[in-house]
Amino acid sequence: MSIHEEEQEIIGEFEMFDQWDDKYQYLIDMGKSLTPLSEQFKTDDRLIRGCQSRVWLHSELKDGKVIFAADSDAIITKGIVALMVRVLSGHTPKEITEAQLPFIDTIGLKEHLSPTRANGLVAMIKQMKMDALALQAKVS
Amino acid sequence: MNVTTENEITATAAFDVMRYRADFPILGRHVHITSKSPGRQLVYLDNGATTQKPQQVIDAITHYYSHYNANIHRGVHALSQEASAAYEAARETVAHFVNAASAQEIIFTRGTTESVNLVAHAWLRSRLNAGDEVLITAMEHHSNIVPWQLVCEEKGATLKVVPVNDNGELDYEAAAALLTSRTKLFAFTHVSNTLGTVNDVQRLTAMAHAQHIPVLVDGAQAAPHLRINVQELGCDFYCFSAHKTYGPTGIGMLYVRGELMREMQPYQGGGGIISHVTFEKTTFVEGPLRFEAGTPNIEGAIGFAAALDYMNAVGLPAITAHEHDLLTYTTAQLEQIEGMRIIGTAPCKAGVISFVVGNLHPYDVGTILDQQGVAVRTGHHCTQPLMQRFGVPGTVRVSFGLYNTRSDADQFITALHKALKMLA
Repeated sequence: MSIHEEEQEIIGEFEMFDQWDDKYQYLIDMGKSLTPLSEQFKTDDRLIRGCQSRVWLHSELKDGKVIFAADSDAIITKGIVALMVRVLSGHTPKEITEAQLPFIDTIGLKEHLSPTRANGLVAMIKQMKMDALALQAKVS
Repeated sequence: MNVTTENEITATAAFDVMRYRADFPILGRHVHITSKSPGRQLVYLDNGATTQKPQQVIDAITHYYSHYNANIHRGVHALSQEASAAYEAARETVAHFVNAASAQEIIFTRGTTESVNLVAHAWLRSRLNAGDEVLITAMEHHSNIVPWQLVCEEKGATLKVVPVNDNGELDYEAAAALLTSRTKLFAFTHVSNTLGTVNDVQRLTAMAHAQHIPVLVDGAQAAPHLRINVQELGCDFYCFSAHKTYGPTGIGMLYVRGELMREMQPYQGGGGIISHVTFEKTTFVEGPLRFEAGTPNIEGAIGFAAALDYMNAVGLPAITAHEHDLLTYTTAQLEQIEGMRIIGTAPCKAGVISFVVGNLHPYDVGTILDQQGVAVRTGHHCTQPLMQRFGVPGTVRVSFGLYNTRSDADQFITALHKALKMLA
């Protein structure tokens, strides 16, 4: 599935929710289902700055595709992290750095986040793209 | 201090909270309004961060700009004289509010943080030498830690810390032992912004003064809730911010007892604080103006005074009793919740309740509360060392103001149950 197709699928899932609590319950459940990051990867150099709760991001290149693994100590944040991993993981560095990610605005993710969390989301995306760039640079 | 004397209980019964609520226009608003939803009625329980403003304060500021805006202490014209008079009258109001002996003991600052920094630089810095100590407590806000830390680092002095017990009370015996001939200042909070603990300022001050050690009291979380009498407390410096006492942001006060102000060096250079300037030498005015360089926050001072007038009109004992009722009422309901851990269980508390539930992250709880219109604070509350002391990354904090009701508390509890159910 391409990044675009993955985004469309998430938009479709969110369209089913009328109520705020359904959206949040979805994020909470997404957070719970995200495979926890192994403790050895929860290091300070993997912490994303700009998040009020702690978010760790681990990235590696496998067959030319970036594989992301991430975690957070707050479950709603972890749900948002899970969404981002679902959309961006398993794609080439070029696809990741070029992704515009319109689904974030479409599903109203930012308006449901406090400004600090919205900033955290921006920081998270920036870090994922930077990691992709760095991994690409390492190979080429 | 016993905050539930018989008089105050009588005051609670007569406290017409709905009448005061009507003075605060913001309390009528909804939050999270979308095209699909009318939003939720605001339940404001983040008063420890800042309080909302009554119409009387908003009007006082508007009236100043509409009728007598001018620079102060400089102009000969009518507007300047009116503005100067209002600014100095505001100083009188602040002095009266804390029962200072004179308005000349009150310096206007940008807030509590600047007040602490002012004392650190204008008073302590020139007195502090290598090997000296500054004593604070483990329950201080970062703004009553960092300014001292900076000056201590510069001078080779040491910051010492009075520990707190598991209930969140100060260890008074440890404080006594930590006050020594090396201690140059004892700085502590009147009421903890995280725990709600009310410290015995008189006792701590007496302990310090017995060894001729001056005392600074951070009153940021006390002034909104308790009657402040600096002469009775006996402290040398006392400070708080207007925005936590229903006034505007960007203004606060520093009380400096009597002759101590003469021992202070000017803090910032500029206009309005000098009596004569040549390129070789500047001489400074006496009194509080010496520490208010530049054009001050005039509308802030006027709004500050209007806020204190408002609190006086409602009545401090009545406010204390009403908020104490909300605190005990809400605490009793929280204690029923499984996995609830209240951080700060001192017998004498004011204003705030901090808690964690099970291993839930405070941000998650705060986010779900917010979606239901309930405004609380989550995080470390600028007291990271205290969070470490209690072994939590942060807490959820509800904090009360004079306009809160038992209905607010009920809505908070209902919203909390919903959050816990969703996060379980």
